[in-house]
Amino acid sequence: MRALLNFAIKNYYYLLFFVLQAACVLLMVKNRSLQSTHIINSANAMSAKTYEMVANTKEYLSLRDENQRLSDENTRLKNIMKSSAYEFINLKDFVRNDTLYKQKYTYIAAKIINNSTNLRSNYLTLNVGRAQGIAHDMSIINTEGIVGIVKDVSENYCSALSVLHKDVKINCKLKRDGSYGPLNWEKDDDYSSATLTDIPIHAKFKVGDTVVTSALSSIFPEGIMVGTVSHFERKSGDAFFTVKINLATNFRKVNHVYVVKNFFKAEQDSLEVNSQKHDKDDK
Amino acid sequence: MISEIGRNIVRFLVLLLLQALIVKNIHLGRYFIFFPYILFIMLLPFNTNKPLVLLISFVFGLCVDLFYDTQGMHASACVFMALMRGFVLKLLSPREGYEENHKPTMSYMGAAWFISYALILIFAHHLVLFYLEAFSFREFFRTFLRVLCSSVATFGFVYMLQFLFYRSNSERLT
Repeated sequence: MRALLNFAIKNYYYLLFFVLQAACVLLMVKNRSLQSTHIINSANAMSAKTYEMVANTKEYLSLRDENQRLSDENTRLKNIMKSSAYEFINLKDFVRNDTLYKQKYTYIAAKIINNSTNLRSNYLTLNVGRAQGIAHDMSIINTEGIVGIVKDVSENYCSALSVLHKDVKINCKLKRDGSYGPLNWEKDDDYSSATLTDIPIHAKFKVGDTVVTSALSSIFPEGIMVGTVSHFERKSGDAFFTVKINLATNFRKVNHVYVVKNFFKAEQDSLEVNSQKHDKDDK
Repeated sequence: MISEIGRNIVRFLVLLLLQALIVKNIHLGRYFIFFPYILFIMLLPFNTNKPLVLLISFVFGLCVDLFYDTQGMHASACVFMALMRGFVLKLLSPREGYEENHKPTMSYMGAAWFISYALILIFAHHLVLFYLEAFSFREFFRTFLRVLCSSVATFGFVYMLQFLFYRSNSERLT
């Protein structure tokens, strides 16, 4: 026994080596069986924290690509959504084509490269143009709500009227009871508010109600978020409510937007112009 | 002047992070894999207590295992390498022994000494590591090829690191 102990003390260096190797092998063998919990793995606090830190930093570096990808993905999803389709039912003989829904709106992803909010007439510039299929009078929305209307188009850019423009009038409705009126940006409105006029006095609504775009507008798709009612009043002698709205879109921060193309707009517009012309002829 | 212990602790952390965060992401096929982290064990001072080298290597290997999700594999290879280090130092020692203020770097000991020292240790480490990774002799020759290729790759990396960080030493020496 004493000899063994002496041997151990004399060779403690090699003994230590074998003990350490045995520990390693033990760990490795434990790792092999799937049932056992791993003592040392990259999910533990130290290495996981380090990896997380690196991943967070890397995330910042790829933020631009990531945004672009998400934006593209959203565009694709919006394009296949039911609300961007026009229900197509043949009423004459009830024969259903396999094209039950016909595409009515298409969404084009774009980025705002110039924007102002503090002028009386604010304009936006977008990084898409004729080459990307943009044309006059298309609407611009983002994930929060309405943004503007395309005005002039060049080959690769377009200029648009912001909703914060004194001449922009967008037909909106109160989601609660459906009464509608034009949305204006009046001179006492700031970048986060707008005014909805011509709401009939029998309309039932209250502060906080949602306002969305109405079907009357051939520019905006129906039901796009506009904002919420902040307060309303009836000026003396007026037959209408004037409703102040908190815009849902944060115009100071708009960046990624969608330009909405309405495939039926030309048809609808020409029809309306025609019938109005006939009206005048009749008179 | 940082103390020798502080310098080694810094080297421990820097090489560990270099391996885990940067070198781990270098992919050059299945044969060329870099493990420059073992430079830490190679650069421990000559007069370090030999059992202490074993223990330090074990802890260092476990830290690398944390990042590689390989329990004990790197630790085992490192401990083996630490044992080999003792032999190699004895084998390569100059006739009058190592001088007190010398360090096991190229600038102190010369290129020939360092290359043989590094190559033997890197080969020992990689031999253990890759065979433990394969855990069978079925792919004996392929694994051996991996050991050889990766040894060369790691040596190249270590050689470059020496040039990057220890040039000032040689200037100070002359």
